[in-house]
Order: sequence, then C-alpha cells, then structure tokens
Amino acid sequence: MSDAKDGRIKVTIDGNEAAAYVAHKLNEVIAIYPITPSSNMGEWADEWSAMGRKNLWGTIPQIVEMQSEGGAAGAVHGALQAGALSCTFTASQGLLLMIPNMFKIAGELTATVFHIAARTVATHALSIFGDHSDVMATRATGWAMLAANSVQETMDLALIAYASTFESRVPFIHFFDGFRTSHEVMKIEQLSDADIKAMINDDLIQKLRERALTPEHPVLRGSAQNPDVFFQAREAANLYYDAVPGIVQKAMDKFKQIVGREYKLFDYVGAPDAERVIVMMGSGAETAHETVEYLTEKGEKVGLLKVRLYRPFSIEHFIKALPATIKNIAVLDRTKESGSTGEPMYLDIVTALSETFSAGKAPFKAMPRVIGGRYGLSSKEFTPTMVKAVFDEMKKPQPKNHFTVGINDDVSHTSLTYDPNFSVERDDVVRAIFYGLGADGTVGANKNSIKIIGEDTENFAQGYFVYDSKKSGTMTVSHLRFGPRPIHSIYLVDHASFVACHQWFFLEKFDVLQSAIPGSTFLLNSLYGKDEVWDHLPRHVQKQLIDKKMKLYVIDAYEVAKKTGMGSRVNTIMQTCFFAISGVLPKDEAIKAIKYSIQKTYGRKGEAVVQKNYEAVDQTLANLFEVKIPSSVTSKIEMPPVVSDKAPDFVKKVTAMIIAGNGELLPVSAMPVDGTFPTGTAQWEKRNIALEIPVWEIDICIQCNKCALVCPHAAIRTKVYDPAKLALAPATYKSMDYKGPEYKGMKYTIQVAPEDCTGCTLCVEVCPAKSKKEAKVKAINMKPQPPLREQEKVNYEFFLALPEVDRRNVKADSVKGSQFFLPLFEYSGACSGCGETPYIKLASQLFGDRMLIANATGCTSIYGGNLPTTPWTKNSDQRGPAWSNSLFEDNAEFGLGMRLTVDKLNEMAKEYVTLLSTDIGVDLATEIIEAVQRDEATIYEQRGRVKILIDKLAAIKKPEAKRLLSIADNLVKRSVWIMGGDGWAYDIGYGGLDHVLASGKNVNVLVLDTEVYSNTGGQMSKSTNRGAVAKFAAAGKPTAKKDLSLMAMMYNNVYVARVAMGANDAQTVRAFIEAEAYDGPSIIIAYSHCIAHGIDMARGMTNQKIAVETGYFPLFRYNPELIKEGKNPFKLDSKAPKGALSDFTSIETRFNVLTKSNPDRAKELLKLAEGDVKVRWAIYEQFAHEGSDVQKPASN
Amino acid sequence: MELSTTYLGLKLKNPIVASASPLSRSMDSMHQLEDAGASAIVMHSLFEEQIIHEAASMDHYKSYGTESFAEALTYFPDTGDYHFAPEEYLELVAKAANKLEIPVIASMNGITPGGWTSYAKKIVEAGASALELNVYYIPTDGTMSGVDVENRYSDVLKEVLGAVNIPVAVKLSPFFSSIPNIAKRLVSEGADGLVLFNRFYQPDIDLEELDVKPGVELSTSYANRVPMRWIGILFGKIKASLAATSGIHTAEDVLKLTMVGADVTMMCSALLMHGPEYIGKVLKDLERWMQEHEYESIEQMKGSLSHKSIANPSAYERANYMKALNRYKLLA
Repeated sequence: MSDAKDGRIKVTIDGNEAAAYVAHKLNEVIAIYPITPSSNMGEWADEWSAMGRKNLWGTIPQIVEMQSEGGAAGAVHGALQAGALSCTFTASQGLLLMIPNMFKIAGELTATVFHIAARTVATHALSIFGDHSDVMATRATGWAMLAANSVQETMDLALIAYASTFESRVPFIHFFDGFRTSHEVMKIEQLSDADIKAMINDDLIQKLRERALTPEHPVLRGSAQNPDVFFQAREAANLYYDAVPGIVQKAMDKFKQIVGREYKLFDYVGAPDAERVIVMMGSGAETAHETVEYLTEKGEKVGLLKVRLYRPFSIEHFIKALPATIKNIAVLDRTKESGSTGEPMYLDIVTALSETFSAGKAPFKAMPRVIGGRYGLSSKEFTPTMVKAVFDEMKKPQPKNHFTVGINDDVSHTSLTYDPNFSVERDDVVRAIFYGLGADGTVGANKNSIKIIGEDTENFAQGYFVYDSKKSGTMTVSHLRFGPRPIHSIYLVDHASFVACHQWFFLEKFDVLQSAIPGSTFLLNSLYGKDEVWDHLPRHVQKQLIDKKMKLYVIDAYEVAKKTGMGSRVNTIMQTCFFAISGVLPKDEAIKAIKYSIQKTYGRKGEAVVQKNYEAVDQTLANLFEVKIPSSVTSKIEMPPVVSDKAPDFVKKVTAMIIAGNGELLPVSAMPVDGTFPTGTAQWEKRNIALEIPVWEIDICIQCNKCALVCPHAAIRTKVYDPAKLALAPATYKSMDYKGPEYKGMKYTIQVAPEDCTGCTLCVEVCPAKSKKEAKVKAINMKPQPPLREQEKVNYEFFLALPEVDRRNVKADSVKGSQFFLPLFEYSGACSGCGETPYIKLASQLFGDRMLIANATGCTSIYGGNLPTTPWTKNSDQRGPAWSNSLFEDNAEFGLGMRLTVDKLNEMAKEYVTLLSTDIGVDLATEIIEAVQRDEATIYEQRGRVKILIDKLAAIKKPEAKRLLSIADNLVKRSVWIMGGDGWAYDIGYGGLDHVLASGKNVNVLVLDTEVYSNTGGQMSKSTNRGAVAKFAAAGKPTAKKDLSLMAMMYNNVYVARVAMGANDAQTVRAFIEAEAYDGPSIIIAYSHCIAHGIDMARGMTNQKIAVETGYFPLFRYNPELIKEGKNPFKLDSKAPKGALSDFTSIETRFNVLTKSNPDRAKELLKLAEGDVKVRWAIYEQFAHEGSDVQKPASN
Repeated sequence: MELSTTYLGLKLKNPIVASASPLSRSMDSMHQLEDAGASAIVMHSLFEEQIIHEAASMDHYKSYGTESFAEALTYFPDTGDYHFAPEEYLELVAKAANKLEIPVIASMNGITPGGWTSYAKKIVEAGASALELNVYYIPTDGTMSGVDVENRYSDVLKEVLGAVNIPVAVKLSPFFSSIPNIAKRLVSEGADGLVLFNRFYQPDIDLEELDVKPGVELSTSYANRVPMRWIGILFGKIKASLAATSGIHTAEDVLKLTMVGADVTMMCSALLMHGPEYIGKVLKDLERWMQEHEYESIEQMKGSLSHKSIANPSAYERANYMKALNRYKLLA
C-alpha cells in the first residue's frame, strides 16, 4: 500500500481481491463455494471475517460455505428474503447451478450482486480458463449485467453495481474475465470507506429491510400462479428494468464526482470520426483500447465501444455512444453459441441498429454493416494484432461474418489471418518474462517485485502468471510490465526486453528466448560460471544471444540459496538479480525495497525467515556476473525431440505440440470433433523431473512389492518371468530368483521408470527391508537420476517388453500379487508423492481391463484427463479403462447411468444369444448365458466364448446377429467405478451418491478422501476434521468430520470399507477385491494424504499409519455378503487408538497452524476432536463386538 | 530453622528449585510448584532449533507446492499473526515473572553462537530473574578437540553475557576432561553459576524396526552421585553459585548435595513421578532431619562435606576407586 490521497491508497492486487474487497464492505451474509477461478474471492472474505474485519456498517460479515453453488444461491436467496445484505461469488458451472435461484431472485426484485470471474462452461471438455459462456448462459434470468475490463474497473464497477441494485431492486451480475482479470496483479487505487459510504444511500438499505419477510408484518412471496394472472404479473416489473440504465448511469456519474474516474454505460474510445468500430466487453476491450489508440495515432479512422451495462441493454444509450460517421461495426463475443444465428452480443447489436433504423431514429446516414466474431475462448490470447486484423477485415468489401480470430480454422475457414510481428508496445515499458519452476518461488518473487515497483514508485505495474496443468515439477511463466502510464496490454508479453530463466533444464526443453527483442537482457540461473557457461548453452540459445545482440548474466542461485539456508527457493536471489540488472529502480533503492518487502512478507512468519532472506539478498550481488558473448555459435547441443519416434501419429502430431508449449499453433483440423482422445499417452511425455530415483538392491530385497503398491506414478514396477528371457537383457539389468513357491524357478525384478519417476521417495519410505550390515541402506535407495537415466531407460524398455504374468495365476487379494498386474494408470501429473493415485493405480491393476469410470471433477479428473496426456492406458490386448468426466455434482448419477446401460446391454445381448442359440450352437449359447464371472480365470473363459461368438456372428446373415455383434462385448463382466474426492462425495455430490447407493445397483464408489477440496487449493469440506485449518475454515473447522462410511452402512446392503494404504496395505487390497466382487453398491473411503495437509509428502504413508494408530482414521470393512452366512458383516481392521490424537495432529501443518495462530481455540478444538475419536471408536467397537442393528438380510 | 539460600545472587527461601521440565509449560503447574514450596522455578528450555527452525518449517510447509498449479495457488488461508515457540515462551516467562512470588529462571538450550542468542535479551525484557544456559552438545566429529568443545561453551556464554544484565548460569555436561578447568574458565568469563549436570537422553535400539529411538528415562537417586562428586570438588574453589541437578529425589539427596556444596538442588524426575506437591513432603522431611540432627540452617551445612572440608579428600579421588573396588570384592 502507498501514498494515501483522499483517503485512497494504491494497492497491487488482482481482480478477485478487488471484487471481494467491495463485497466484504457491503454485505452481512456471504455464502460461498469453491470454484476456479473465483474461489479466491470467497477465501478473502472468509479470511477477513476470521480476522475480524468489519463491513461499512461496523459488523463482521458472516461467511458460510455451502455444499454447492446451488446451495450458496439458495442461502443467499433466503438471506435476502429475511432482509440481509447478501452476496456470493462464482464462475462457470457454479453460475449455472445458481440459475434457478437467480430467476427467483430477479422475479422477486431483490437487490444483490453476484461477483463472477467469468469462465468457460464445460462442453467437449472442461476448461478452468476465461470466457463469457457462463455469464451469457444467464441472460434469461432477468439480472442486470455489468462488465469490468480491468482490475481497477472490477473494484469500481462492483461499487457501482451495489449502488445500482439498491436503487433499482434489480439484482446484478458483476463480472470480469476469469484467468485474466481475476488473477492479473495490477497497481490500482483502492476505494476508501468514505467513497463507498458516499455511493451507498442508507435510505435504500432501509427500504430493503422493510421488504424483508418478518412475522411482525407477514406477507407471502413465492406463490404459485395460474394462466389467468402469471403473464400479467411477469410484465408488472417492466418499469423497474426500464429504469436500470438511467440508475446505473446516475451511479456512474456520482462515482465520477466522488472518485474521479468516469464510466458510461457504453464507453467510446477512438477517432471521433471513426468509420470502423469494434463493440466488445471484458478484458479484451483493454487490448482493443490500446490498439485503437495506436491506430488512430497513425491516422486510422477506427474506434472501440466498450459495453459496460450489457443487461438491461439500452438501445438508446448504445446508439448515442456511436460516432455518427460509423460505417462498419464488428461485434466481438467471447463465447460460442452453436446453431444460433450469431453470438449473443452480435444479435443484440443487430437488433438495436435494426430497431433504431426501423423507427427512423438513427443518427447515421446509412445502416452500418455489422459483422460478428468470436475470440478468446478459454483465455485464448487476444492481442493487438488480432484487433488490427478485425479492423482490416472491416475494410474489405466482403468481410467474413461469424468469423473467429486467434486460431487457425482450417475446417470451416472462419478465422482471420494476422501478422505475428505486429506490436503496439512502447519502448518506455519494461516487459519481462521469467521462466521458473513451481517449487522455486519465482511467481511469489515476481508478485513481490510488482508490489515493490507499483507501490514504491510512480510506475504502473502489471503481472500475469501462466501455470502448467501438471501438479508437480511444472514450469511457471511470469509476464511483467512496468511503465509510466496505465497499462492496457492485457495479453502475455511477446516482445520482452528482459528474460530470466530460473532453471537450466528449460533451455533444452523450450525456446525461452523466443520473445526476446534485439538488445534485451537474459538472466540465467546457471551451475556454470561466467567463463564456462557459453560452452554448455544449447545452439538455439547461443544463436539468439548473438543475433539479437543480447546481454547475458549468470548466477548460481542454488549455491547462494544453499549457503544462505534458503534450500531450493531461489526466489529472493533471482528477484535481487532482476532489480540489479534491469535498472527499473536504482540498485541501492531496490535492495532497500526488497528488504522492506521481505520484512512485510515474512515478518509475521518469524525473524529467522526474514534473516535468511536478507542474507540471500546480500549474497546475491557478489555472485552475479555478466558473460562476454562470443561472436560465433559453437554449440552442438540441440533440442531433443519432444516425444519418441515410436509414438503413435496422433501423439507425434498433436500431443507433442501441446507438450512443447506450441498448442496455440494447432489448427482446428487437428482437434477431435467431440472431445474424444486416445488413452495411453502419458507414456510418451518423458518429464524427467526427479533429481533422484530409486535404485534396487537385490541382496536386501524381500520381494514384498510394497514399493510398487505405493508408487503414485506407477514408476516402480515388479515382474516375474521366465529366466530364459534374460538372454537378451541389457548389461546393467538386475534380476533375482523369485523367492516364493508360486513362481518357483522364475526370475523377479523391480524396475524403475527413470524418466517418469518424480523422486517422491514413498517407495523408500515403505520399504521394510534394511541391510544387516548398515541399517540406513534399504532394498530401495535414492540415487541421482542423471547418471542413471540412459542405463535405466534401456533397462525399463527391456522390462516393459517382458511378457506380463498370466492374470489367472496371480493371487490377486494380496499386496504382493496385486503388484504383478500391469498398472493401467501410469505417470500421472499428480503432485509428487500423491496420496490418491496409489489407490487409483491399484484399481486399474485389479480391474482395469474391464473398467468403466465415471470421474467427478477435481484432482482425479485433472491428473486423469487434463491435456496434453492422460495416465489412463491399455494393456497389450488394447483393453483398458474407459474414462469420462461429466461434472462435479453429478458423478454418482453419471456412473449409475453407465451401470444401467451395461446391465441393459448385457440383458439384450443375452436375449439375442437365446434367440440365435441354434445358429450359434446351443452349448456355446448356454455357457455364455450361464457363465459365472467371479475371478480372472472365469472372466478369461467368458472372453474366449464371446470371441468365438463374434466370429460366428459374422457369418450369420440375420439382423439379430448384426445387432448382437454391436453389443456382444457386454457379455463379459464390466466393472463400473465412480471416483472422486471428498468435495464431491461428502458435499456437492452427496445427494446423488446417496441415491445411487440406495439403488442397489452394482457400482463401485471410490472416495479419495483428502478431507479438503484439494484441486481448488484446500477448501473445507464436510470431511474436514474438527480443528483443521483449511480455506473457508481459516479459524479452524469447529465441527466434526461427517462419517460417510457409517451413513452408507445404514443401508445394510452397501459394501463399505475405510482404508488407508499406509496403515494397512493388505486390508486395502482386500477391500478393493471384496468391493468389486460384491454384486451391489460398494463404497471405499480411502484416506489420502495430500499436499494441502502441509506435510512432508515423502512421509505421507507414515502419516497415514499414525492417523490410523491414533484413532484419527479407523479402518473397517462392512460386507453385506457375510450377513447371508450368518456372520457379523462388520470387521474392525484397526486397533484401539494408541497414544494421543496430538501425536498425529502435531505432524500436520493443517492442525499445527492453529496452535500458532490461535492457541486457545486450537486447544479447545483438539479436546473436542479427542472426544470425536473416542465416540467413533466406541460405535465401531460395538458394531465389531455385537454386530450392527442393521444385520438384516440384504435386499437389493 | 533457616532454610534459605542464595543462588545466582537471588535470595531463595529454601534450596529446592524446580528444574527445567514440562511442569513449567503452564501457569497452572507453575503455581502448583510455588504452592508446594519450590523456592524458584527454572523454566523449560527454549531450544535453538525452535528459534531457528520452527518459523522456517511452518513457512516451508505452508508454502510447499504453492504457485505451481493455476487452480491451487496456495493451500492455506492467511490466518494472521503466528505465535511461535519463542514468542509463546517469552509470553509465559512474562506471565510467570508477573504472577509468581518466587524467582523465575529462564532456560535456553543451544549449541552454536548466533542469532538465536539475541532472544536472551528478550528473555530479560520479559522479566526473568536469571538465565540458565544449557549447551547440550554431543560432538560426533573426530576432528573436533576437547578444546573446541570447550570453546563452543565459552563462545555461547560470551555472546549471551553480552546481551543480558541478569545472572547467567551454565548447565554443564559431565563429559569434560577436566571439569574444574572448564568450570573455572566459564566462571572467569562471567558465568554467575554452574548447574551440574545435564542428563543427556540416551538413545535406545528398536530391534524390530532396526532403528535408533530416542529414549527418555526418569532418574533415580543414584544419578546424583556424579554431581555430588564434582560439586564437592568445586566447592570453595570457584566464585560462582553451584546447583545440583540429576537424581534429587529425597530430603536425604538434598542434604547430601548441600553438604558437598550445592547452593540449590534442582528436582525434575521426582516431580514428574509424584507431582508438584511432592516438594512439600521433601521440605518437611528436610526440616525434620535438620531438627533431629540439630542443624540451624542450610548455610551451616553447605559445603561441610566438600573436597576441601573433609579430613580425607581422597574419598573424592582415584584412591577412592581402589577402596571401592576392594570393598566390592569383600562383599562379593
């Protein structure tokens, strides 16, 4: 914060914080639910209320997290009816879930503002990025819609929205672009309390209260109406809508008086005599603004009309805002409505012009020619050159209508071409790109730099950050601009004056100097000093350094970090280098500012953290060197191919482009038309992110296979095989005699996938075998990857080529046996050491060749299905899991649909088999129909029969045979799995899950229970334990974890298991086998350690063990099959709690953090949590000893 | 009956001090210790590791994995200011100094000179009457000489003395080549007292896990034989207070250690076993013994059986070893 003027201060924040700031000032009840990219607004509100921050009227807003966005909208609706000032935040599918309530809220003329970080609605694929498809889907609800184009506008228009809704009674959607404005860090002027107070009329609040439901003056609202009056009643509110544009403009005018910034319902910029005008809204309008300024300076007659109040759409204001000279209009929509006559705003503009002309009210001589186009879907870049392309198109005699811009549409040829070299950026703006690794703190440091420059100087500053879709070992790219004028460049830096690469290995993977302009500076974190570095640079880097006459600086930041106790975080060091080289600030001033900001950032985290950062700053300058650049390129190091030449065509042509960061270049024709992609693609994406990989010690190994079981990435595998196969083994390939009787005489190998391992060390952690000579040496030990990579690559290829074990001969219900099955889920991009993926991989090994998977949105769907690759794969018979993600909330129902189809098709196939039995052969038909498919052997037999059947059907010339042929594979057992996290199972999807469990159908539900919404950053769910700190539970969750297992058990015909692999792996494997074998609904609740717990991920399995030992997460299996045998179906699989609950909670930051922030509350909640443990154990123990009350015969 | 004694310049009502233990972690148990008759309380130790690493560790785990993935740029909410162990410790020292009648001696445990010693000053500001410095150091590096180890004690002491203006006692390990020499050195460098000795927790082996486990065993009276010898030898030869710790369980133990020269005797294991109120019983036993044996005061007996005060000082020395062995043979 800096320079208070008129009570206003300059802050450097993103759009989410800007919106939340106003919302928290002007509400009393805020209902929230996490959804990217709007989650942060709820998080801010929750944190501020937890810290006691008050609203404008001196009360702390009450924040409530609901079970879904539908729930949040319902809660807001109720709060509003009862007379509170209430709002919510959401995006995308969340907004769609609010629509039913939105119709009601508008129909009842209820004042509120929903703040929307506009995001793509899932169609052929989910996308977390930004466009207007969500807000456009709410057009029919009757809400006013106000679009903010920048971070400053997000704050300003939020206030204008509140002022307007209170006066008009019409509810407002206040939206800004998700994953641009929502996350773009900008220096803005923060509205003061005085500003907000001056804009809000307390009398209107009073009237709002008077309309509230109260038994003191009872009314009925929400009646049911009949054909006689509904229509008239629907028209009764028209005048309120008619008044909205005037009210909003009045609020904008008042805002100008108070704050100084001017807004209009339609803001025009550009030549007063413009002939070509773009009409658009959202962050892209800023880029268009910048381009229009540039083009008008060059004498072009162009202009831009920014639409701010999109609904109610005021034709009058729109027409008035256009220059009278206008001849061409291009309407740009950031959405797509397949099948319509045009995108929504295009249709609005055409209608507005047409109506105006028809009425003879147009100020123009002739009706302007209107074309419409789509841009920026899912945060697709929208740059000045694209704006120019649109203006150029308008010049043409026959311009394209319904065009696209920003892509290459080589299918329906809608796209406009543009000049990739066109730029409107000015030289006095510093434009910097930083390539970092998620773990090295680059983004944090850059956010800090923006704050320093934005708040300590007169400069304007902007930062936007691009992340990978993998969760670990990923690259982050920071795009920073600093300049003397407000920044309208709302696109990535593509003409960089400064490039920093914080990781050496990026040089060989990406063209990091691609965007560097001539004369720019390159800062490199290098192991090699100033005299050696040149000889190690790849050829393309050397060439660009010379051709572009660049300056090169190097620092060994890891060495400085090591010396100064910073570990692997090079953030402060690289930040200091940037300031030292870039000259944005005088060096001494910059160092002072960095240290001040360190104190501000880390001061509350403890003096020690501050001191080591100071030390890092001081050490940096002495270790930063400029490199003299030779005159010629000498390097022979070339960029290796992105994927192996052995990869399938699709992977080489499409997937590889995306992996290399060149997905932007793919044309429309490269894309599947319906979102269908091949599986088995993660194997081609060799990420090489492990610094160390496990190495097997034959002499110590006891062949327990635990290492393979826990590997979250299927990167360590075991196999038994014929010794003869070793004849062709590579020289360093390791093998040993198999120790057990079941594969006597065969060889055994544990092999690591060196390029796929993430180095998480979970395998080493669980390895029980220690050297008898030196206890620290286990049967698996971590060793540096680079020297082993080539050797182990060859070994792994040899290992993979060895035949898989015959599934019929494997003891599947054991840890050891399960790990001889081929994983059909491999090398996922989950967090290194993920606690969820070992369970998924296990399921894929046991049942993968017959699995249909319904996957709820969340971590599982992201590491399972986010491009470029998928970890789901196939076996050598080309069988494997078929996977799909519908939504977050409907996953159980989605899976049930799969089950119903499988059952129906199976039934139909059997009917056809019966019908065709004489053609097929009666014996075969009978065998097929009566086949019992209970294990690998019997399923194998049925597959054999079905194959014969299919062969025979080809020769039978009957229509029934053809029909049977299309569904015959359903005669083989299908295993339907419904997977998701606790956010889905406990909260948003619980209603559906409950219904599906109650259906009695044979589905298998796997709940990966991390006790938070992990994918969106760790928000509280009903699975979160008492006392844990989570997002939306900043003060620690006050209530106990919901016992989903007990609730499911009460149906009495549902198989239920609670498992924790790190505590009891054998029980885990048995639970999976039993659940799948049970001919009815099954649910496995799998405790999964998670990065959101704030733990040492390398010890995740140990944490699981302690969680079970202390009674935090007891294990049991409830198998209704046992009731038929007269046995107790409930088997308690863990021992009575041992030690104190704090033995577990003290090793996890999610609990620890409360002991540091609010020790008294932490103590109180821990005490209550200890009570929870006791009560839960007592209940389970009673079931185990006496049997449950629900031991009635199962009735499906 | 005069039980009072002087330790680190502090006038104490009796020689029984509650030594650093979990009992000084809460005001409740400290009040119980005071009510039971403790003449002073040595607070549990503030460890160097807590000062250096706790905040860093919290920062690490809260920021681990952040800013990597667009949907989860952080994993924890900002929960405001943190109270790390050092701050909590200072708050507790301040509370104890304010609420208790008896002196509160703060304790710091560390092995290297450095930033953490600046907390000594904050401890003074919090109101501690004195400071006990516990240099708990196990040398494992063969290149480190005995002198190096002694220098480390000395360096830490000097740094702390430079920061505080209250009495400082150093808690020693029994594993020095020459205890009198290091004792003299530390006193000459400014230590106001010596606490003999630190009981190192000895590790144990888990045969199933093939792992070394930290072991915590409470002491017995036998453990006081080591401080007994060395306090006896040091008494009267150094100008500093002497505190006996390790194995003080009974009034007899208090008497013995006082007679060899301890200004105070510090109890820990006995209190953990029997509770704070046990001090009352020991005090009663002490008074009864003194009455029965017609002692007037603690000062009267202090050092009466020290190395310099007994007729046959060889009982403290090597000759005594031979005697003991002979006696053992006879008994066998």
